[in-house]
Amino acid sequence: MAKRIDVSGLSAFYGSHKAIDDISMTVEPRSVTAFIGPSGCGKSTFLRTLNRMHEVTPGGRVEGKVLLDDENLYGSGVDPVAVRRTVGMVFQRPNPFPTMSIFDNVAAGLRLNGTVKKKSELNDVVEKSLKGANLWNEVKDRLNKPGSGLSGGQQQRLCIARAIAVEPQVLLMDEPCSALDPISTLAIEDLIGELKERFTIVIVTHNMQQAARVSDRTAFFNLSAVGQPGKLVEIDETERIFSNPSVQDTEDYISGRFG
Amino acid sequence: MSNVITEKRPVADSAPRPPVTLRQARLPRWSPPVFALVALAAGAGIGLVAGLDSKIQWGLIAALLFIIGTYAVAAKVEGARQAKDRLATSLVWIAFLLAVLPLASLIWETVVRGSKVLDGYFLTHSMGTLPDAMVGGGINHAITGTLQQVGLATLIAAPIGLLTAIYLVEYGRGRLAKAVTFFVDVMTGVPSIVAGLFVLSVWILILGFGPSGFAGSMALAILMMPVVVRSTEEMLKLVPNELREASLALGVPKWRTILKVVLPTSIGGITTGVMLAIARITGETAPVLLLVWGAKTINNNPFEGAQQSLPLYVYQQWQQGSEASYDRAWAAALVLIAFVMILNLVARGIARWKAPKTGR
Repeated sequence: MAKRIDVSGLSAFYGSHKAIDDISMTVEPRSVTAFIGPSGCGKSTFLRTLNRMHEVTPGGRVEGKVLLDDENLYGSGVDPVAVRRTVGMVFQRPNPFPTMSIFDNVAAGLRLNGTVKKKSELNDVVEKSLKGANLWNEVKDRLNKPGSGLSGGQQQRLCIARAIAVEPQVLLMDEPCSALDPISTLAIEDLIGELKERFTIVIVTHNMQQAARVSDRTAFFNLSAVGQPGKLVEIDETERIFSNPSVQDTEDYISGRFG
Repeated sequence: MSNVITEKRPVADSAPRPPVTLRQARLPRWSPPVFALVALAAGAGIGLVAGLDSKIQWGLIAALLFIIGTYAVAAKVEGARQAKDRLATSLVWIAFLLAVLPLASLIWETVVRGSKVLDGYFLTHSMGTLPDAMVGGGINHAITGTLQQVGLATLIAAPIGLLTAIYLVEYGRGRLAKAVTFFVDVMTGVPSIVAGLFVLSVWILILGFGPSGFAGSMALAILMMPVVVRSTEEMLKLVPNELREASLALGVPKWRTILKVVLPTSIGGITTGVMLAIARITGETAPVLLLVWGAKTINNNPFEGAQQSLPLYVYQQWQQGSEASYDRAWAAALVLIAFVMILNLVARGIARWKAPKTGR
């Protein structure tokens, strides 16, 4: 299931503006890797390069290599659609499809891709995904109600269920809890702990306690000045990053003595 | 230690302040309608005394008196700010009345005059060989013509307009998209007679086809297309980008994302836009006059021979100038208004039915 990601010499651009510069790192399979760093340092941009969502933005362009178990995502002949089926994504703001019911939202990936046709098969996948996202008990009686009627935390878990329903190898999460209250955040953090048994998880977060709680490894990004491209400062075991980082900037950022 | 503040802070006035109250004098709630009545009466009185014939002048005097009177009284009783508030409110109300009065009187006039001959016979019969000055006849041929011409125009314009809008919003980048946008803007401003003349010169004069409902449809489609493009474009732009990204991130190809996520989300607004565009072209007379010519009998084939249409029927009946034809013109106008109104209601119904659901 889960795959290793090897990034080497990756730079991303918006038009002529370089957003991230020459990033190399390895993301281990079946683990949680957290990206931390100040706003605008390119964490989200880097995350979006990992499933080729960056190029959806007008002017978005990428240089470098991203190897998913030895296969370069940016190699010639690679279909971005196939990449995104393998590397799923959860966004900052919950974004269930407003025209679809809860059931249809979870089934959306499969239905729209045309991978599953039979109703019974679909039922199983939806139930499994909703259980996987710890949402089944809350919504099992109203699967046909619109997904936008759920609370914010439930919507976000619905989006996670939708993302894992297509059985990706890797799950990217772009600040999945920043719009949620502490209880929903806790629910999602627990969920991340369970999901890492099956998926490789990369999570961008502004909450350092969250990074410390959920991640196995942590990467710290920074930018030298506003308008300069963001860079990877270091990546290491989370414990080491938060107790004894090897770079002074990391320690300053984590201890709140930044800038 | 150079920035030590040495000055004393200002001490509060020791003189006792008057007790603060949040209440103040207000005009009673019945005052605006009473003022309006008084102003109307005064306006009528002044009009009578001064011997003004036009009721419009009476109304204007009354409106002016109402504004000045309300402002003066409110300024006296309530204070300057409330007076300004009431002034703005009065202006808004008067603007509203000015906008609604012509519309209401138009509908009233049409209903009163149009219902005279409007009945089942009128709707189900054509003019046939009936002499113009005689009572009788109907608009069945005009209804058939309008439905066919507008239907064909929609069949041409709606898909092209829809696809153009999708291109502009979802794919269009750079020069081509800018050029398309520019020409759509230009097309919006094309007068209907010019669209008619264009089709006349190409279809009838150069290619040598005769007049037909289809020729009219082509001109109507030219008029309809930019409206559809514009409204659809606006609706598609309203679809949050997050939904597109959510779908793309699931590994859904772009075309399916547009088909299954973007369009369903905006279908209500798009349908409304198309319906309003249909309503707009239903009343067009000039291109129909040039290309469809009008007829007295039912012609069920829009591709061959002259046809009738409702607005053209109204125009021709009015031109004939007899009492009977005036009545028929009003009745046809009433049917035309009812048709457009039903279209609008249907559009609203669809918009509400298809709107993204938010309930729990």
